[in-house]
Amino acid sequence: MSASPNDTQDYVGFDTITQQMERKFLKRGFNFNVILVGESGMGKSTLINSIFASHLIDTQGRRAAQEVIRKTTEISPVTQTLEENGVRVKLTIVDTPGYSDQCNNEGCWIPVIKYIKDQHAAYLERELKPLRDRVIVDTRIHACLYFLNPGSRGLRPLDVEVLKRLTEVTNVIPIIAKSDSMTIEERTAFKRRIKEELAFHRIVVFPYPSDEDTEEDRVLNASIRELIPFAVVGSEEVIEVNGKLVRGRRHGWGVINIFDETHSDFVHLRNFMLRTHLSDLVEVTAQRHYEQFRTSQLRQIKELRAQQAAAAATGGAPPMPSQAPPQAPMASGVMHQPMTQA
Amino acid sequence: MKDGSGEDQNVAPSVYSHVSRPGSHRYKNAKKGLPFNVMLVGESGLGRTTFLNTLCERMVVAKAEKTNTEQAHIAEPMQFKHHTVEMEEDGMKIILNIIDTPGFGDGIDNENCFMQIQEYLETQFDEVLAEENRIKRNTKFKDSRVHALVYFITPTGHSLREIDIEMMRRLGSRVNIIPVIGRSDSLTPRELVLFKQRIMNDIAQYEIPVFSFPNGEDEEDEETVEENAELRAMMPFAVVGCEEVVNEDGRPVRVRNYPWGMVQVDNDEHSDFDRLRYVLLNSHIGDLRDRTQNEIYELYRTEKLSGATASGAMDDMGGLQQAMPVA
Repeated sequence: MSASPNDTQDYVGFDTITQQMERKFLKRGFNFNVILVGESGMGKSTLINSIFASHLIDTQGRRAAQEVIRKTTEISPVTQTLEENGVRVKLTIVDTPGYSDQCNNEGCWIPVIKYIKDQHAAYLERELKPLRDRVIVDTRIHACLYFLNPGSRGLRPLDVEVLKRLTEVTNVIPIIAKSDSMTIEERTAFKRRIKEELAFHRIVVFPYPSDEDTEEDRVLNASIRELIPFAVVGSEEVIEVNGKLVRGRRHGWGVINIFDETHSDFVHLRNFMLRTHLSDLVEVTAQRHYEQFRTSQLRQIKELRAQQAAAAATGGAPPMPSQAPPQAPMASGVMHQPMTQA
Repeated sequence: MKDGSGEDQNVAPSVYSHVSRPGSHRYKNAKKGLPFNVMLVGESGLGRTTFLNTLCERMVVAKAEKTNTEQAHIAEPMQFKHHTVEMEEDGMKIILNIIDTPGFGDGIDNENCFMQIQEYLETQFDEVLAEENRIKRNTKFKDSRVHALVYFITPTGHSLREIDIEMMRRLGSRVNIIPVIGRSDSLTPRELVLFKQRIMNDIAQYEIPVFSFPNGEDEEDEETVEENAELRAMMPFAVVGCEEVVNEDGRPVRVRNYPWGMVQVDNDEHSDFDRLRYVLLNSHIGDLRDRTQNEIYELYRTEKLSGATASGAMDDMGGLQQAMPVA
C-alpha cells in the first residue's frame, strides 16, 4: 500500500478493504447467467452478441427448409469466459428455441420456468451439503431478457401470462429488439402502453425499489424505468458511416448506428445491464428470488418432517409429499434464518 | 396518424399505368363495377390495417387505439370485418370488398383460426352452389367468394413459422393465397433477399399451394409470360404500408420517417407495395377472379357434390379427407 494522503496518526486504514476485495475478486472472477425469452426471429442472439461484443451464441432460428419445426421449447445454455482488464466473467447465455413458435403455445413457458427454478434448487442443494465447496458454483439466472414483438399494440395475452410467472422467479428486463421498424412516435406510444399494462397486471420488472437506495440510485432507477421496454437494435456487422467504422445496419434508405442514442436504446441497455446494475442483478437474484425459493422449499421440508414424525408417533405410514423437496441431506438440524427480503 | 391521404390528387400515380394487359378487363357491366373480394390475414402488428388503408388510398379503418388497458391481455377471438370501397383503376371501376381478420394469431392457442377462415371461405362457395341450383335465380346475387387472400408473414429473417405453413397449406386449395412480408422495412436489402429465398424453399419443400402467377393455357403473349416470371421471382412481396403523405418536390409520397432515413412506400427499391397493388387491382384481377371461379370453386363443387368432403373437415396434414358419401 502506497502512502495515502490520509496518513496521519488517526488514519486507521480500513478503507482499503475495497482494494483488498477487488484483488480477491480479480482472482476469483464471477458468474453471470442470462436467459433469453422470445419468439424466434425477434433478434435475441444478435442482441446478446452485440451487448457483449462477441459472437457468443448462434441463432437457433430455422433457416433451411429441411430443418424440422420445433414442437416444444428447448433450453440451450452456452458458457464462455470473457476477460476485460484482468476481470474474468464466466458468462452463460441460455437461449430458448421453440418458445412461442407453434400454433398452440399453451404451456410453452413451462420448460423456461422449470429451468430457472432448477438452478435455484441446484444451488440450494450445494449450499446444504455437509461438506460444501468454498465457493458455490452459481448457475442461477441473474437476468431474463424478455423480447416483445415490435408493432403489437401492447402486451399480448401470452406476454401477460409468461411475464407474471417469470417475474416471480427472476429479474426480468423487457426489450423490443428489432425496433428499427418502429418510428419514434410509434416507439413512444408503445412504451407508454406497455408501462400502463405492466402496472395494471402488477408485473414488477427489474430494477426494484429498495430501502437501501440512495438519492442517486433513485434518480438512476427512475430514468431506467422511463426507458422500459428498451427499444434496441442489435448488430454484429461493422459498417462504414462517414468514414468511421460502427456497428450497424445498412438499409436502402439510411444507415443505423446501434450506438447512436437517437437511433436506439442500445447504449442505455448495455450500460444498465453491465456498467451500473450488474452487481445488483447478481445480488438481487440471491437476496430476493433465491431466498423466496429457499424459504418455501425449506418450509416444505420442515412440514414433511413434522408429518413424518406425527405419522411415526401414531404408527402409521408417512404421507406422500405434495411436492418433491430437493434431495439434500439435512444439515444437522440447524436451520439458517432467511435474510430479510430487500 | 395523419389522415388526408384520401384525396385523389394526393395519390402518387402508379408507375405501371402504361402496362395494362390486353383483355384482362373482362367484365359484363362497366358502370356497376367489377366486384373483387380480398381477405387480409396476419397477426396484429404486421401492418394489415395500414395495408388496407394504403391499398384503398383512404383511411378506411382508423387505427383503433386500444384504450382499454384492462382488455389488452384478453385474447379477442378472430373476427371478420368487412369494408367496401369503390375504386377506379385505369378507367375500370372496381367494387373492392376487403375482409379483415383482426384477432388472427393473437391468442395463446391459435388452432381455431384456420378452421374459422376455412369455414368462411367454404360458406361463400356453398352460397354460390345453392344459388346455381335454384330454379328461380336471383339476378342481383352478390358473389362473395374470396378471390385473393393476402397472408402477412412476420419478418423474422429465418424461415416460415409453423403457423405460416399450417395456414397456407390448409387454405391454399380454397383461395388464391398471396404471401407477403409485412413490415419489411425491418430487414436490410440483403436480409430480405435471403429471407425471400428461404420462404420460397419452404413453400417448395412443404408443397404449399400459393398463387404463383400461372400462365394461361393458351398464353402466347411473350410480354405476359415474362411478366409472370418476373412476379414469381419477386415472391413473396415485401410490403411497407403507411398512411402519412408528405410533399417531395411537389409530388405526394407516402413515407415512414426514421431518424436514419425515410422509407418511401411507392419506391420500388424500398418496397414491393406498388407492384402488388397493381397486381391485385389491375394486371391480375382478372386472373385471380377467373382462377377462383374456374379452378378453386369447381374443385370444391366437385368434392361437395360427390360427397368427398364433409364440410369443414380437413385433416392435420392439410389434405382432404375421404368422408362418408352423402346419402
